[in-house]
Amino acid sequence: MNSNLISNILRFIGLILIQVLVLNNINFMGYVNPYLYILFLLLYPFNTNQSLFLFLAFLLGLSVDIFEDSGGIHAAACLVAAFVRPNLLRFSFGISYDHQTLRLAATPLGARISYVVLMVAIHHLVLFSLEMFSFSHIILVLKKTLFSGIFTVIVILLSIALFSKKYR
Amino acid sequence: MQQIFNFLIRNKNNILFLSLLAFSIFLTIQTHSFHKSKFISSANWVTGGIYSWNNNIQDYFYLDEYNQRLVEENKNLRNIIRQLSGKDTIPNYTDTTFTSDYTFRSADVINNNFSKRDNYITLDKGENEGIAAENGVVTSKGIIGIIDRTNTNYSRAISILNSQSKINAQLKKSNHFGSLTWNGKDPNLMQLTDVPKQAPVAKGDTIITGGKSLIFPKGLLIGTIQDFKLDNTESYFTINVKLFNDMTNIGYVYVIENKNKEEILSLEKEEEDE
Repeated sequence: MNSNLISNILRFIGLILIQVLVLNNINFMGYVNPYLYILFLLLYPFNTNQSLFLFLAFLLGLSVDIFEDSGGIHAAACLVAAFVRPNLLRFSFGISYDHQTLRLAATPLGARISYVVLMVAIHHLVLFSLEMFSFSHIILVLKKTLFSGIFTVIVILLSIALFSKKYR
Repeated sequence: MQQIFNFLIRNKNNILFLSLLAFSIFLTIQTHSFHKSKFISSANWVTGGIYSWNNNIQDYFYLDEYNQRLVEENKNLRNIIRQLSGKDTIPNYTDTTFTSDYTFRSADVINNNFSKRDNYITLDKGENEGIAAENGVVTSKGIIGIIDRTNTNYSRAISILNSQSKINAQLKKSNHFGSLTWNGKDPNLMQLTDVPKQAPVAKGDTIITGGKSLIFPKGLLIGTIQDFKLDNTESYFTINVKLFNDMTNIGYVYVIENKNKEEILSLEKEEEDE
């Protein structure tokens, strides 16, 4: 329990620093950046206090916002992603997910991909809609969501595969 | 009463979600109104410290380019001095009565965005060095932005690549002016709008700052005309301006303070009052 807490705190700080110091400067093809920091929301323990989780998601987004000078767009996007996470977990892994301690790296590939893709899509859609903040740029919003989303999903799946402790 | 409490406890997650969402959207809206983003900015000691630490490392990779730029600037300044020294009217800069209208300060860019719709730049100097809001930020090659938030040791500038940025600019060879905005697409291409149809516009012409703003002195370089077309009303040009600056790699900048600004503002206010 205690090591879980520490690893979550380290992950929180580490992911923010990686995001703002490295990944935000990639700007592949002008605007495509991976938003790896939502890995924190994906890996956060599943059978947990939802209120605390919502608050942490808000704090995570707000930290990135302060670094990026972007108002509250990351905070809102993280909050929405955290809010729908229980539903997505139920959708991707079936009803029984919260009865056992589920390990993301040990889940079937198809379920894992659907979970990651849905979370990333919701997060990015909210993020870029708020960033553009106008209906006339809807095509640009969708374009950014698609390309950044693909990049993010690839980076997240790779990180899960790389940095998971092997079971057995 | 009991039922109200039960309702609140049952829906505490939804209520928490909605209130935090409302707060973050409030912050987002605030950044979209000029000079209102009070709470959240990267010009505080935590983010400023981390960015300047990161920048200390990154600067080494660009030393070559910064040196090149300095040599170029020195060359231009020397040329100007040579031209001036032929004339008799050169002011005596060592004389204590000589005062300039503008004060220049140097600063280093520690964070720079250019891929979003609203971009900001963080500088490593703040109020301690005399930097204040509404000061202009330039390099030797052109304008960069306008300071909007300051802290003791750090300050934040609104980049010209921002939907709120609107800068008075004009053609170098005639006095027709317009306002310089950004459409959010290419970070090295800006749009000069509201230039009257009568203006002699040609590809490759230089665009400079106009003297209409209190922030930038007249005649600072901006860029060259890449292409132009008439807008919907058929009476104004919309001109694509290719910037001299590479907005994706800025490095060291100068912060310009207009010393006469208070005086001009109070004069304008007097006129309004009468």
